Amino acid sequence: MGSVTCNPLAPPSTRLLLNPLKIPKFCHSRRQLHGSQRASKIIAYYGLKTPPYKLDALEPYMSKRTLEVHWGELHRGYVEGLNKHLAKDDVLYGYTLDELVKVSYNSGNPLPVFNNAVQVWNHDFFWESMQPGGGDIPKYGVLEQIEKDFGSFTNFKEKFIEAALTLFGSGYVWLVLKREERRLAVVKTSNAINPLVWNDIPIISLDMWEHAYYLDYKNDKGTYTNVFMNHLVSWNAAMSRMARAEAFVNLGEPKIPIA
Amino acid sequence: MSKDTLEYHWGKHHRAYVENLNKQIVGTELDGMSLEDVIIVSYNKGNMLPPFNNAAQAWNHEFFWESMKPGGGGKPSGELLELIERDFGSFDRFLEEFKSAAATQFGSGWAWLAYKANRLNVDNAVNPFPSEKDKKLVVVKSPNAVNPLVWDYSPLLTIDVWEHAYFLDFENRRPNYISVFMDKLVSWEVVSKRLEIAKARATKREMEEERRKKEEEEENSEDEAVEVYVDGDESESE
Repeated sequence: MGSVTCNPLAPPSTRLLLNPLKIPKFCHSRRQLHGSQRASKIIAYYGLKTPPYKLDALEPYMSKRTLEVHWGELHRGYVEGLNKHLAKDDVLYGYTLDELVKVSYNSGNPLPVFNNAVQVWNHDFFWESMQPGGGDIPKYGVLEQIEKDFGSFTNFKEKFIEAALTLFGSGYVWLVLKREERRLAVVKTSNAINPLVWNDIPIISLDMWEHAYYLDYKNDKGTYTNVFMNHLVSWNAAMSRMARAEAFVNLGEPKIPIA
Repeated sequence: MSKDTLEYHWGKHHRAYVENLNKQIVGTELDGMSLEDVIIVSYNKGNMLPPFNNAAQAWNHEFFWESMKPGGGGKPSGELLELIERDFGSFDRFLEEFKSAAATQFGSGWAWLAYKANRLNVDNAVNPFPSEKDKKLVVVKSPNAVNPLVWDYSPLLTIDVWEHAYFLDFENRRPNYISVFMDKLVSWEVVSKRLEIAKARATKREMEEERRKKEEEEENSEDEAVEVYVDGDESESE
């Protein structure tokens, strides 16, 4: 069984080993035995994942201060909220974060832990959707698929930016691989909703909550979105996610040579 | 609340809502209507039409600016305080509830103190008898642009908890922003005045409803006299 204890004072790169399988009943009773010693143990369930770059690596497009507040306080807050929920009632402990998101979404009637869980997932995904020196255009398979499903990369970019600018309130814009339709699409979601709950596979996301851009761009969503597309988006991450997604979605006929 | 925030919040956000709204309704049937009417019509019982967001946000922001004043805060007095104490137990309990509603509104939205004067309007069913849930103060929170007008409440006070309202001054510390708002910015005079208007409107509406009901009753009793047929007619025409 994975270890359940964690010292929250350790550097944030310490990650918990999570047991992705459901914990069978006897583990719950084992935790009871530890109850008497609980005073000396600090128990946390999920850890805060650091972005794969330093906090000032995205300058001048996304300032260090934004990263400090957005990751260090907001994202961390979501993780702590999630842990607090699980500390009260850990019947949902044992899922991976992906599964927890789908389960707590509860087909549209979300459980209280949903907001925190999905925001942790969303932010992990968002940090990894960016890289210093990002932007430019994708290559190989991702580019081919984009051109197949949108006509051209420019068309995709326009659609993505349009979705970002027309999103009202808080939310995210996604490049997502739709499982049923077996194609890429641009999707915008409100608040914390995530295409996982519709069983689609996200490839890239852009956080359009005001806290993501207000310190750097104030109300100028247009510039923020353009900067993201031109300088921040990580097509490398997109490539690895597409590769993984193709294991689940059959994207097209193989090229059978005509005899 | 810093000048920077006001410059952006009012000068850019609020201004954009107004300009976009004007662009959207020019030439349509919404053009000559009052702002409140535009809001209720475009809310369309939850199936919002495009002008709703801009209209509601324009109204909300005006309401928000007027809910504040320099050197505000403190406690309300007079009838407002009485009603608060009646409906929430004490001013502190109200404060707790309001602050909690504002802090827990997930995503963008608003928290409100509103006067609820209406009964459920169920046209084709027996009206539920008036409960104490009517004619009282309530704290409600709403997402994005929705405001209590669409539920037929009378808003008295609001706080904007869209992130653009507090991010420059407080970054992510929403609870601090809410506390500062309640301690230093709220204009209780304006709230009291709105309460008076709301109550007057509610009384007027009640009187009109009663009058209308009486008229209907009179009409019905006239009709009944005409609709009675005597059995003998049929056999006589033979």
